[in-house]
Amino acid sequence: MEILVCARRVPDSSENEIQLNRAGNDIEREDLVYSINEPDNYAVEEALQIVAKAGGSVTVATVGTDEDEEILRREMAMGANRGVLLSDEAFSESDGRGIATVLKAFAQKNHYDLILTGVQAEDGGAQVGGMLAAMLDYPFASLVNSIEVLEGNKLKIGREIEGGSKELSEIDLPCVLSIQTGINEPRYVGMRGIRQVASLEIPTYGASDLGIDKGSVGAAGAKVKRDDYFIPAAGKGAAMLQGSTEEIAGKLIELMKAKGGLQ
Amino acid sequence: MSEGMLTPAHVVQWLTSVQTLVAIIQVLGFACFVFIVTRRLAPLFRAERDFRLDRPWLRAQTLLKYWFGQWKHPRYRVAGALHLLIFAGFLILATRAFYLLVFGLTDDFATPSTIGRAYDVVADYAATIVFMAVLAAAFRRIIFKPARYAVPEKYGKGHPGDAIFLLALIALLMFSESLFEASRAAVQAQAEMPGEFLAILSLPWILQGSLQIAPITALWKLHLGAYLVDVVTFYFLLCYRPFGIQFHVETSLFNVMFAKLDRGTVKPVRWGVSDSDLDQVKSFGVKKFEDFTWKHILDFYSCADCGRCSDNCPANAVGRPLSPRFLTIKARDYAFDHFPVFGKTNNSHALIGGIYSEDEVWSCTTCGACEEECPLLIEYIDKIVDLRRGMVDDGNVPKSIQKALKALESRGNPYGKMEKKRADWAKDKDLQRACAVKVLDGSSSAQTLYFVDSITSYDDRIQAIGRATARILSEAGENFGILGAGEKDSGHDVRRFGEEMLFQALRDHNVAAIQASGVTRIVTSDPHAYNALKHDYKDVPPVEHISQVLAREVRHGRLNLKPVQDTGNVYAYHDPCYLGRHNQVYDDPREVLDAIPELRRVEMSRCRDRSFCCGGGGLMLFYEPDEQERMGVKRVQMAAEAGANVIVTACPFCMVNIEDAIKVSGMEGKMTAIDLTELVDQHLVPRVPESHERGANALVHANT
Repeated sequence: MEILVCARRVPDSSENEIQLNRAGNDIEREDLVYSINEPDNYAVEEALQIVAKAGGSVTVATVGTDEDEEILRREMAMGANRGVLLSDEAFSESDGRGIATVLKAFAQKNHYDLILTGVQAEDGGAQVGGMLAAMLDYPFASLVNSIEVLEGNKLKIGREIEGGSKELSEIDLPCVLSIQTGINEPRYVGMRGIRQVASLEIPTYGASDLGIDKGSVGAAGAKVKRDDYFIPAAGKGAAMLQGSTEEIAGKLIELMKAKGGLQ
Repeated sequence: MSEGMLTPAHVVQWLTSVQTLVAIIQVLGFACFVFIVTRRLAPLFRAERDFRLDRPWLRAQTLLKYWFGQWKHPRYRVAGALHLLIFAGFLILATRAFYLLVFGLTDDFATPSTIGRAYDVVADYAATIVFMAVLAAAFRRIIFKPARYAVPEKYGKGHPGDAIFLLALIALLMFSESLFEASRAAVQAQAEMPGEFLAILSLPWILQGSLQIAPITALWKLHLGAYLVDVVTFYFLLCYRPFGIQFHVETSLFNVMFAKLDRGTVKPVRWGVSDSDLDQVKSFGVKKFEDFTWKHILDFYSCADCGRCSDNCPANAVGRPLSPRFLTIKARDYAFDHFPVFGKTNNSHALIGGIYSEDEVWSCTTCGACEEECPLLIEYIDKIVDLRRGMVDDGNVPKSIQKALKALESRGNPYGKMEKKRADWAKDKDLQRACAVKVLDGSSSAQTLYFVDSITSYDDRIQAIGRATARILSEAGENFGILGAGEKDSGHDVRRFGEEMLFQALRDHNVAAIQASGVTRIVTSDPHAYNALKHDYKDVPPVEHISQVLAREVRHGRLNLKPVQDTGNVYAYHDPCYLGRHNQVYDDPREVLDAIPELRRVEMSRCRDRSFCCGGGGLMLFYEPDEQERMGVKRVQMAAEAGANVIVTACPFCMVNIEDAIKVSGMEGKMTAIDLTELVDQHLVPRVPESHERGANALVHANT
């Protein structure tokens, strides 16, 4: 099975102190460390596990710049057969639809039985997977947390329903799935693995390679534009507890007792 | 001719037939032994390389001390004493056994030389002592059943009969040998030949006494029969030994001779492959049995299953799924199954998921208690690290540890904190009033580097140890600085968790930063960093742990300490594994404690080289072990049992684990933990005028 995983590089929320920039329209990006969007990493692991059982290969693609190569290499160190960078000045500041347009063009250039995305980007809105499926006219399932390959070009997929129950469905291939974290346990990518793929060439495709009209993507094609970016002010009823961990825990218990949450 | 009479013809006839039989047994027995040992050695030749022929003089000393001298044995009094007796007896009897076997049986009744007679007396007693020691050992195993020999259900079925069978064979050997001597002496006495002198009260002497009235023909038959039993038992034992724990009789000499000589170190990924060539190595670590080195397989063969390792293993004590004893026994059984003496070799099965579980391998804190105890110097840490290297190479790492490793890669610390905040602990106002800590980032220089490491740099509680250390260094007049954002994690436990390449990246970064700083010595308050800088790093200035610096200052009378603040306290010093067992620093911290006037100090029953690990440092803090109890909780109980209410340690990780354990076990208010540097800091008497000059020195640098 030929599998395409669409991945994205995001600031690592566990290793950064996210602060607003002065203009107030983005976060301060100096001193940030980036990594692959966590759900995308699960999608790659799932793809690798499917290929290990059913054969085929895994391609990881990202829309971005040269800096984004690092996540492609990491996923290749993990076991992906190839990484592809979709990069063009015209792609910058794309909205979700723009990203989906680029990915669709790449997906159509090759044949993929299965396209996986992470359930959402940590700094995004969970929109690309669905749009990509619609553009390709493929069936789509979101929030997938289990995949089983069936006979006859079908998959059995599961997802968790609010409240804890699980739903199983059959879906025809080719299709697009958005993958929930927890579907598997992604393998560790060591320093050694990354060194081994450090010198591999990563093919880059621009707008003309993909036959994309530059006006339909990037800032030019974006119909959704970010207006503002801020940390919401604490509202009524919300209180920030200050102090050491112990003090905070103490205060929390007092509050819970006072409000009747604890007897 | 009446019954009981013996003619020379009879003797000659019997001798000839027995001699022929003995010759056949000898040839067959020896051939069998050679065949079996050759088969046993087969996996060693398929195993990885291991360089163990260096430093012959040191190896000879090791052999003398640990093999010939049985150095570790008395750590367990009863079993150790019994083993010493049996071992010494075996050494003495080896000459006679050799003589008997090589020269066979003769009718030479010539009186032996004086030396020969003296030796015979010694050998008679040796056989008697071995016989009795073996009986005592069997008695102990059958009646007292020491707990450490028991096989927990999860590790399979116990074989208590094996040890008894072995002891019985040794007893039979001693008995037959003694009977052989006794019957000959009885013949000589009855025939009024110049008799051999049997050692008074020895087993042969007692036997001879009871044989005195037997007819001479029966005695002759007994003599020959005893000889036959002795020879058969000897060869049976020889060929039976390679099938179990008794193989250590043969392998122990080699195992001790080829033992690891360097404490605190970790074996390279592949012996003979330099760090720069590691990229060419196809697979890291131990994934299948043949990935072990030949010495590690020899370790498996050499294990006597005495259970001392697991008896001291903290992971085993708290119910983690790890027992060093079975780590070895399972591998030995694997070798026996897959490289059988008879039948086809059947190898190359994955060890993880096979004989070992993932949690078993991650459960080890590398505290070294098992290695400290093993009388045969069997290694465990290197094997654990090699197994972890294999798992890391396969991407098989628990998620909680993956996160920490990822953060170490991107930020140089396991918490994912910003590099630029690494020196924030030193910006504390109180600290800056006492001493300004220079950051050696090129703008200033110092003679001494204080290597802080990650936990002391970033952990809110542990930063206090950093500040105490800085104040002490300043008070001791050290011209010191820190690397600040230029320092990365020492990588000590990154290496021990099997992520060798990440460790090397961290190491290379730190080595370059240290060299660029121009310092001439390094001090650290973290034993893990100390061990890394001392053993894992190369081309860096000499390193000391702060307790060593303190002890020297105390010895030279340069540190003024006031009487203990709370005279009601009883202090117990907890030896951190990487300061104590791995680096043999036991006395310095104690000397410092004893230099605080009126301080009352007690020792826990498990102290010094038998110290009980707090739960493990470095990445072990990120591992969620499967255990019934925390190691730290056990340790706090030990301190309470010793009558202490303050645990003093000298390691930031011990502090985290022990303070957590105090809370978890509800001992708050009854027990506290304090770092040696904090305790000294509290009792420092600031130096007056004559120290002014040095203090001023620090201020000048602070302004640069």
